Amino acid sequence: MVVSVKAIMISGRTLGQGAACEAKMSPDYFREASSCSLSQADLRGLGISPGENLEVTSEHGTVILTPQEDRGLDPGLIFIPMGPWANCLVGPDTSGCGTPQYKGVHVEVKVTTFPVLAIRELFGRFGGTRT
Amino acid sequence: MIIKGGVVYDPANGVLGEEMDICIDAGAVAEAAGGPTIDARGMLVLPGGVDAHSHIAGPKLNAGRIMRPDDGRIGTEPRRGLCRPCTGYTVPNSSAIGYRYARMGYTTVFEAATPIIESRHTHEELEAIPILDKGALTLFGSNWTVMECVGEKDLPKLSAYVAWGLRASRGYGVKIVNPGGGEAWGFGSNVKGLHDPVPEFNVTPAEIIHELARANERLCLPHSIHLHFNNLGKPGNYSTAIETLDLLKDIVPSRDRQAVHVTHMQFSAYGGTGWRDFESKAPEIADYYNKNDHATMDMGQIIFGSATTMTADGPLEYANARLLHQKWSNHDIELEESSGVVPLVYIRGSPVNAVQWAIGLELALLTEDPWKVLLTTDNPNGGPFVKYPEVIALLMSHKRREEEMAKLPELLSKRSVIGSIERELGWGEIAVMTRAAPAHVLGLKEKGHLGVGADGDVSIYEIDPREVDPGSDPALVERAFTQAKYTIKAGEVVSRDGEIAGIPQGRTFWTDANVPEEDMARLMASLKEKFEKYYSIQMSNYMVQEAYLSRPVAVRAGVEVAQ
Amino acid sequence: MIQEDVVCSFCGCLCDDIRVETNDEGIVKAKGACRLGSSKILGHGPGHGRISKPMIRQDGELVEVEYQVAYDRAARILKAAKRPLLYGWASTVCEAHEEGVLLAEEVGAVIDSTATVCHGPSVIGVEEKGLAGATLGQVKNRADLILFWGCNPAEAHPRHMRRYSSNSTGRFTPEGRKGRTVIVIDVRETRTARLADRFIRIDPGTDYQVISALRLILAGKAEILGDEVCGISKGKLVDLVDILKKARFGAIFFGLGLTHSRGRYKNIDCALSLTAELNAHTKFMIMPMRGHYNVAGIGQVMAWEGGYPMSVDYSRGAPYFNPGETAACDLLARREADAALIIAADPASNFPRSIVEALAEIPVIQIDPYENPTTLLADVVIPCAIAGVEVEGTAYRMDGLPLRMRKVIEPVHPSDEEILKEIRESARRLPDDH
Repeated sequence: MVVSVKAIMISGRTLGQGAACEAKMSPDYFREASSCSLSQADLRGLGISPGENLEVTSEHGTVILTPQEDRGLDPGLIFIPMGPWANCLVGPDTSGCGTPQYKGVHVEVKVTTFPVLAIRELFGRFGGTRT
Repeated sequence: MIIKGGVVYDPANGVLGEEMDICIDAGAVAEAAGGPTIDARGMLVLPGGVDAHSHIAGPKLNAGRIMRPDDGRIGTEPRRGLCRPCTGYTVPNSSAIGYRYARMGYTTVFEAATPIIESRHTHEELEAIPILDKGALTLFGSNWTVMECVGEKDLPKLSAYVAWGLRASRGYGVKIVNPGGGEAWGFGSNVKGLHDPVPEFNVTPAEIIHELARANERLCLPHSIHLHFNNLGKPGNYSTAIETLDLLKDIVPSRDRQAVHVTHMQFSAYGGTGWRDFESKAPEIADYYNKNDHATMDMGQIIFGSATTMTADGPLEYANARLLHQKWSNHDIELEESSGVVPLVYIRGSPVNAVQWAIGLELALLTEDPWKVLLTTDNPNGGPFVKYPEVIALLMSHKRREEEMAKLPELLSKRSVIGSIERELGWGEIAVMTRAAPAHVLGLKEKGHLGVGADGDVSIYEIDPREVDPGSDPALVERAFTQAKYTIKAGEVVSRDGEIAGIPQGRTFWTDANVPEEDMARLMASLKEKFEKYYSIQMSNYMVQEAYLSRPVAVRAGVEVAQ
Repeated sequence: MIQEDVVCSFCGCLCDDIRVETNDEGIVKAKGACRLGSSKILGHGPGHGRISKPMIRQDGELVEVEYQVAYDRAARILKAAKRPLLYGWASTVCEAHEEGVLLAEEVGAVIDSTATVCHGPSVIGVEEKGLAGATLGQVKNRADLILFWGCNPAEAHPRHMRRYSSNSTGRFTPEGRKGRTVIVIDVRETRTARLADRFIRIDPGTDYQVISALRLILAGKAEILGDEVCGISKGKLVDLVDILKKARFGAIFFGLGLTHSRGRYKNIDCALSLTAELNAHTKFMIMPMRGHYNVAGIGQVMAWEGGYPMSVDYSRGAPYFNPGETAACDLLARREADAALIIAADPASNFPRSIVEALAEIPVIQIDPYENPTTLLADVVIPCAIAGVEVEGTAYRMDGLPLRMRKVIEPVHPSDEEILKEIRESARRLPDDH
C-alpha cells in the first residue's frame, strides 16, 4: 500500500532560490527550486528512504520534488520554493483580483522513485509558436 | 507671430482693455515680428495663465491616483490627435494635467510641495507633464537640520541648508507646512500653536517660520516663504493666521515682493469653537490684508463635488479621515516631513462646506487689492483646477453667487457675509489674480505680462470684454475661460478651440543660491553625520541628478546677490 | 576601479551602499551586498546564462538574427495582435517603463507588471482603505515595535532588518535591536521567526480572521470572540493588542503570506484598517515588502502616465483598469491575449502551470539579459543590457523612495529603453490594417 499524506502547500522565496533566480537554467537553480520541505513527522509518516523523491499532486497538477526536512513546519504543511516546480500545483483562478492563490493549495504527497524533471524537461513540450 | 487687434489686458504694464497687437519673436514678446498672424479682433487677450500653487506632481499625486481608481475613470479620454490618453478628474494623469491647463489658457504651473528626499519623483512627474513651464516648492518646515539651525540661532548655516536643499531638490522656493507639526506627527502628535515647542527639538513653529523667512531674504530668493499655517483646517484658526502674519512684519523683503505668501487662506480663515458654531472670519483676514502690505495669499476656493486632499500636513489628513470616515493614506518622510492624502466630497447641503465655499470668495472680494489674492483651489484640495472658470464667474458676478447661494443652507447667511457683498471683479482684476500677481508673487519676471521681453505665452478667449457684462452673463464668462480660443506657449499655438495643437516640452525653474564657503563647510559637517546615522540612503545618492530636468532654468540667487 | 554607493538591483530594499570593484574582466567584487544582491551584481558576465544575440524561432529552433530583424518581427507580432500583452517590468528602470506605456498606447496593448502576481492584492487593498506608510528611515529612527506578518526578510530581503528595521539604529532608537520588540506572525517558523522576540503561528488561510480578531479587541469588543481564534488563544491575541498599543512607533511589514493566501486583497484591506485604527492609540505604519527592485517603480510610472498602477488595457485607446479582468493571469487564462511581450520578468517560471500553457500557445517576444524558462517558449528573443548594473535609471524602493541606479560597467547590448523604442518605431511604420 502506498502511504500518502494530505497537506497544504505554501510556496515562497528562499535565499538559495533567490540567489540563483537570475540563472534559471543553472544546476544551482534546479537544486534550490525543485525541492520541497515537510515536517519531520510527515516525512517519517511517508516512510521515505534515501534516494527517493516525493510526488505532490493538487487538483491542478502533479510534480516530483526532492524532499527536505524543515523543523519550522507543522505537520500538514509542505513548503516549496517559488518557481516552475511549485507552480505545477497552483491553479489559475484569481478570484477576480488578478493574483492566483500561490499559498494554501491542498495537495496529496506520496513517495516515488521517479526522478525530478530538469528545467528543460519541465518545459519540454512547449517550443514556441508559429509567428 | 502677430496677434492682431485683440482686447488686451496686461495689468502689469498698465494695459486694461486696449485694442492692440502683440508680437512674438523667438519665443518672447517683441516690438515687431514676422510669421503667422492670429486674428484676435473682438477677443480677450491675456498673458498666459500662471498658477502659483497647485499639486500636480510627486509622491502624493500618485498616492491619490493609486487609491482612487474611481477618480481615474471620471476623466477618461482616449488617445486622439497629438494627445496621449487621459484619465482622472481630481487626480488626472500627467498628460491630462498639461492638456487641461493649456486648454484653459494656462502656461505656467508650480507644484506646491516636494520633500527633498523624494524630489526625484516630483521631477519625473513634472517632466511627464506636457506643454507647461513649471517649478516645485521645497518643503522645509519640519526638517531636522532646519530645526537644529533655528535652535542654534545660526542663520548663516540655516541659509546654507536652504540653498543646499533647493539644489538637492532642484526646487524653486521655500515651502513651510504646519511647521514642526510634521516632526511631531512622526510620533503621532502635533503642534498646537505658534509657540508650542516641537517635541525633542525645543524650537517653536514661530521660530521656524521667522528664521526661514530671514534665511529666505538673506538668500535673496525670487519667491518669499510660502506658508501653510499651523492649525490649518480647524475652527477658530483665524487667530493663528493673524498671529503668524504679525510675526513676519519685521521681515524686510530682499526683492520687490511680499515677505510671505500664505497659501490656501480659505482653510485658515475659520471662526467658531467647533464645527457647530463654525463661521467665516474672512472679513477679519481681508481687513488685515487691507491694512498691511507684507503678505499675499491665494484663495484655496472649494468647489462643490469631489476633491482629493493632499498635503504635507499629516495630522490634518488623519483628522480629515477620522471626521469623514474616509480612506486614509499617510506618508512620513525621514528627517523631513509628514504627508497625507484623503479623498472627500464638498456637499452643498453641508453648512460647514457652504461656509468654506463662502470664505474663499469673501477673501477675494473683501481684499481690496487683487495683487494680494491669487485665484486657486489649492488643486485638488479644494477641487480640481479645471473649475477655475467657475471661480472666475463667481467673482465677476453677484448674480451667479446668488444663484449658488439659493442652493445652500440658510445658516450660511448667519455664518458668513457672502450675501452682502456686491463687489464684482472686473477683467483687469481677474487678469491680475490669474496672471500678473502669481508671476509677481513667485518672482518670475518674464511671466504674467506682455511687455517686450516677456515669455511669448498668451491666451486668447472668444469673448469681447467691451460687449459682455460678466455680472449679468456669468455663463458666457465661464464658457470662454473654460476653453481658450488660442493658447500660445513661447510663440507656438498649443491649444486651439480645446484641441491640443502643439506639445512642446516645458521648462523647469529652480533656484541656484550661493552661500559663503565657510557656511557651507559647517553645514556639510552636520549633514554628513545625519547621513551616517539617520538617513536610510547615502548622501551621494540624495541629490536630484541633472538627468531629471530636461529643460532646466536656474534662477540665480544667494548671499552675494543680496549684497 | 572602485565605485562607492552603488545601488543594488535585486530586491525592493534598494541598498545604496554597495562598493563595487571592477577590472578588465568586469565586476569582481560587490562589498556590502547580501547573497541575493551579490548574485545579481556579479552575475553579469557571459558565463551566467546571458543571451548573446537576438533570436527568432524557425521550425521550432531559435535562430540568431540581427537586432533590426528582431525589432521588426516583434513589431509585426504586436501590431497584428488584437489583444497583445506587455508584461513584466519588475527588474528594469523607470525610463524603460515609460517607453513601455508608449508602446502599449501605440499597439493598443494591455500592460501589466509582476505586481499582479505578488503585491497586486496590496494595491487593491490600498484602493479600498488607503495606506498609512512612511519611508524606511522613519522606521529606523523611530520604531520600537516591528511586526513582520507573512513575510520572511531573513531570506527575501536579507539586509532589511539590519539597515531599516529590527536591528537598525537611529535618533530615537540608539539601542537598535535591544530597544525593540520584534514579532513575527506566520504559518511556519521561518528564519525571521527564529530571530523574533515573539512568534505567533497561525493556520494557513486564517490571516483575515486573526486580523479581524485583533481589530475587535482593539475596538474593545473582545467579549464577542470565543476562547480561541483559528488555533490561537484569545489571551494571546489580547496580549498582542496590548503590546501594539503600548508601542511608541509601530511598524507592520507584510509579505506574500497575506497576498497569496485565501482572502488575498481582503487580507490587506483588513491589515490596512488595523493599522489606521491603531493610530487612534499610537503611531503605526504599514508597508508591503516589495520583491523585485523596481516592481514599485512600474506602479509609479503607470500611475502618472495612465492613472492606474497595474493591469491597464489600452486596446480601446483610453486606459481601462480592472484587475481580475485585465491582469495578465486572467487575460491568459481566458485565452484572450493573442501575443505577449515579456520584459524583465520570467512568467514561465512564476505563473501557474495552466497559464504558462496558455502563454505557450501565443507568439511571445522576450526581452531579457538571461536565458530562462520564458526563453523556451519565446518566438522572438532580444537580449538587453542589465538595468541597474549596465544601464543607469530610476528605481523606486519598497517605501516609494526613488533612487538613481548606477551604470557600473559598459554594456554590450542595448538597453530595455532603446529596444522598446525601436520596436515602437518599427510598429509606427507598419500600416494600421496589418
